[in-house]
Amino acid sequence: MIRVEIRKLMRRPRTWISIFLLCLLPAIVAILLRVTQLGPRPGEGPAFLSAVLANGALFPAAALGIVLPLFLPVAVAVTAGDAVAGEASAGTLRYLLARPVGRTRLLVAKLASVLVFLLVSVSAVAITAYFVGTSLFGSQPVATSLSGEPLSTNEVIKRTVLVVLYIAWSMIGVASVALLLSTITDSSLSAALGALAVLVLSQVLVTLDAAGAVKPYLPTRYWLSWVDLFRDPILWSDIERGVLVQGVYVVVLLGVAWANFMTKDVTS
Amino acid sequence: MIVTQGLTKKFGSVLAVDGIDLDVRAGDRYGFLGPNGSGKTTTVRMLLGLIFATSGAAEVMGQPVPRGLGTALPQIGALIEGPAAYPHLSGRANLEMIDSSGPGGSRRTRRTRIEAALEQVGLASAGRKPTKAYSLGMRQRLGLAAALLREPQLLVLDEPTNGLDPQGIREVRDLLVTMNAAGTTLFVSSHLLAEVEQLCTRVGILDSGRLVLQDELETLRAPTGRVVLRTPDVAAAVTLLDGRVQHRDGDRLVVAGLAPEDLVDRLVGAGLKVHEIVVERPTLEEVVLSVTGAGSDRVDSGRSEPDTLVGGPP
Repeated sequence: MIRVEIRKLMRRPRTWISIFLLCLLPAIVAILLRVTQLGPRPGEGPAFLSAVLANGALFPAAALGIVLPLFLPVAVAVTAGDAVAGEASAGTLRYLLARPVGRTRLLVAKLASVLVFLLVSVSAVAITAYFVGTSLFGSQPVATSLSGEPLSTNEVIKRTVLVVLYIAWSMIGVASVALLLSTITDSSLSAALGALAVLVLSQVLVTLDAAGAVKPYLPTRYWLSWVDLFRDPILWSDIERGVLVQGVYVVVLLGVAWANFMTKDVTS
Repeated sequence: MIVTQGLTKKFGSVLAVDGIDLDVRAGDRYGFLGPNGSGKTTTVRMLLGLIFATSGAAEVMGQPVPRGLGTALPQIGALIEGPAAYPHLSGRANLEMIDSSGPGGSRRTRRTRIEAALEQVGLASAGRKPTKAYSLGMRQRLGLAAALLREPQLLVLDEPTNGLDPQGIREVRDLLVTMNAAGTTLFVSSHLLAEVEQLCTRVGILDSGRLVLQDELETLRAPTGRVVLRTPDVAAAVTLLDGRVQHRDGDRLVVAGLAPEDLVDRLVGAGLKVHEIVVERPTLEEVVLSVTGAGSDRVDSGRSEPDTLVGGPP
């Protein structure tokens, strides 16, 4: 069933369009930077962008920083929100369940396909950004970490892979919210919008001092901690917390989604 | 094949299905009749495990619902409230997708089974066209093909001829009768009396959530004991059949208490001409109306459409 779901995802034009758009945005930024040579001053604008002008090999990290706050969560919310609600509104959910596909199996397969989408899209952004970055800005054998220490190209690649994994994992909270809503409503649009509403709320609260008490538990609190992977040595504490917070969200939200889906009357 | 006891479903305070006792036997062509909104689809969905019953029990192919459906469903083909397909994929790709989603459909035979099913429903030449470009009738045929993919022992079909032209309805009916002859039990829900009358051997009639009738079609349509006669010599016939004419409408007489052969004997003996003489049977429509409340007097109203014995097509 997981294979079928992944095939379904891959045969859908929308998947590739959203991945293409995700890759396009950083490329546009790179071209503008190359043409104008106007990088943001260090410490301002998206992370790493200032360093990219000197070393294109850092561009994958910068590109992920560009798509992380909005583009990526939107793409994930749309995909995960469509998972069950899309089948419901197309009418195919009733045929899947009567085939029969167990409800738990279906939910697990949907989750797996969302995970694959996450990994594929984040990796696609990183890989295209690597080629765009190195061809536009050239690459230096030695980059500089945020702490000022030199990093070898090997080290940069290794850490970029870690960033890909961390960012993909950060998105899984959004995916779980969207998947939960997807089992509740029959409209994929509502599910995606609901997940984005949760996301926006979280991002607003993160910047609000009055919300200090809940801040450590917000799903977006540790999103930007991936930057710590480019410090030397890597600053693990926030990364670990980020992984943990997302993990809790996944377990709780998917648990509720499962309980809801198992007992739901499918009338679509 | 399908047995339910007091199967009930409440949506909030709305009683959608009210304690029905279905009994569909192996080999039946069962027509599940009822007006729109009477609970047919809710019942079908309960039988297939999509909706959970509020109370009562159901058994499908000997398996309890919903617990045992995992073993029963692979042998059931279903069309539930209209067909559904992934719009960007071709019909073939859709069938492949649904077949590979669950158990009971071997991958080795998938190609041949899909081709056979498409052939059966007349979609073999639909090619690679995405289903979003399909007409309503083609979608319906694709839905049927999906139900036929694994040589089901039980077909549960909700409005199977919806969207088909008369030619298509005929084809589907022939297909279903052939499959039934080969051993497939049919459970067809419909609000179209004519469809059920032409296809089914047994009917259950649902009226606002209650099963008001369940019987062999043959029994329901048994002769009423009256004979309908058309003759140009109406006045003479009425005199001859003194007291036995129950109803008169132009040259059409409804006669009670006389076997058709005796009636013909008397008329011909008296030198009267006969245009048409038929045994009166209630139509399914009349049966339905008589049990669903409103039109309970219609059976006796003399507006029956009898089986023709003389003249006219059988």
